[in-house]
Amino acid sequence: MTDQNNDTRYRRQIILPGFGDKAQQQLLNVRVLVIGAGGLGCPALQYLVAAGVGTIGIVDDDIVSLSNLHRQVLYSVNDIGLSKVIVAEKVLKALNPETNIISYNERLTVDNALLIIKSFDIVLDGTDNFATRYLVNDACVLLGKSLVYAAISRYEGQVAVFNVKTKENERAVNYRDLFPTIPEEGIVQNCAEAGVLGVLAGIIGSMQANEAIKLISGIGKPLIGSIINYNSLTNELHEFCITPHTDAEMMMPKNEAAFKQTDYFSACVKDENNLIISKDIFEKFRLLNDVLIIDVREKNELPPITEFNHLQIPLSELQRSIPDIPADIIICICQTGKRSGVAAQLLFDTFGNTKKIHSLTGGILAWKER
Amino acid sequence: MKINIIFFGQLSEITGTKNISLEDMADTKALNLLLHSTYPLLKDQPYRIAVNNQLVSEDVLFDEDCTVALLPPFSGG
Repeated sequence: MTDQNNDTRYRRQIILPGFGDKAQQQLLNVRVLVIGAGGLGCPALQYLVAAGVGTIGIVDDDIVSLSNLHRQVLYSVNDIGLSKVIVAEKVLKALNPETNIISYNERLTVDNALLIIKSFDIVLDGTDNFATRYLVNDACVLLGKSLVYAAISRYEGQVAVFNVKTKENERAVNYRDLFPTIPEEGIVQNCAEAGVLGVLAGIIGSMQANEAIKLISGIGKPLIGSIINYNSLTNELHEFCITPHTDAEMMMPKNEAAFKQTDYFSACVKDENNLIISKDIFEKFRLLNDVLIIDVREKNELPPITEFNHLQIPLSELQRSIPDIPADIIICICQTGKRSGVAAQLLFDTFGNTKKIHSLTGGILAWKER
Repeated sequence: MKINIIFFGQLSEITGTKNISLEDMADTKALNLLLHSTYPLLKDQPYRIAVNNQLVSEDVLFDEDCTVALLPPFSGG
């Protein structure tokens, strides 16, 4: 690395009024963690690496699939089936070889989150499910880390900056001041179910990178304690001011020990009829006769299941109509266990106790790690 | 009071509209009652209310011609 190279590389931003070598050095010194290398993570990572952030962590345990490519622009057709963090690291290192990239090819859980997040200064939430979003938020609050949040759905996106204190006598607002309780599964659709405009991910992920750069360098006005909603169809942008919510502190784990005991994934799922089964029980069930396993993911979601016979019926189809199913035992599976929980409940509503109906906890991703 | 409501995200699909104006709305409590009876599916949806770009958590009285936004959580990424 030469100073001359960097001067050339970053010259056009260094000469900006208010930026200068000082801001460039701040970018070089900071450690940013991007959780999720998907729709939001891809553009955020590209622009943070390009801008000269010195150390970047990437957390994702997913692999590249064809349906990602309309919005996850770090990847190509040659990468289908490969780990996202491995591909991302390669592409980003080619963009800026000076960036120190730390890849975590794993899912964020209560067991690893505090350790991983602790060594970074700023966190970007580019995840795609509520359980992880709340986990990340709570971990950041416990560890005192700034959190740049963003989320997208269909044609709209949200961006906010959480956990940055601005007033002496008032605590910093976090995601729980906006939505204190994890929403129940099936009520709010994810991208596979609702759809999302690819370029929206680019716009919102870039806005996330912008907020991070503002926080790091001190330029401009970061969205501290505010959330914006952007509509890509109309270009309407609305900004809302968030104040501390009385329920927020109550809903969060109080300390690291309590955090490690929190089950964020079950918190999303009401299992009144005891439909959810563990991996071990699933193993026992699938060896029985007259068991039908239904994969309720959208067609072409990876990884494919080759280990056992199953039927593919997307949840979206089940929600329209339930087919005649002769099997006595039905086990629903999906990527992480959320959609299969909703599917199992739908089937239970139809068949009641005339059949044994279950959903595999943790889904295919957890099962493949057994 | 006359109020102008904006529905964000999934809420605009549930109500079938992005914006509506209502007359004779006194406060957020009355608004929620009316919205839930007009659009029953809203009852199961989590959302926050913002009045003139400020999120509110308790019952708030409306000023004439204020803007009321209903914000749902998004999870996609």
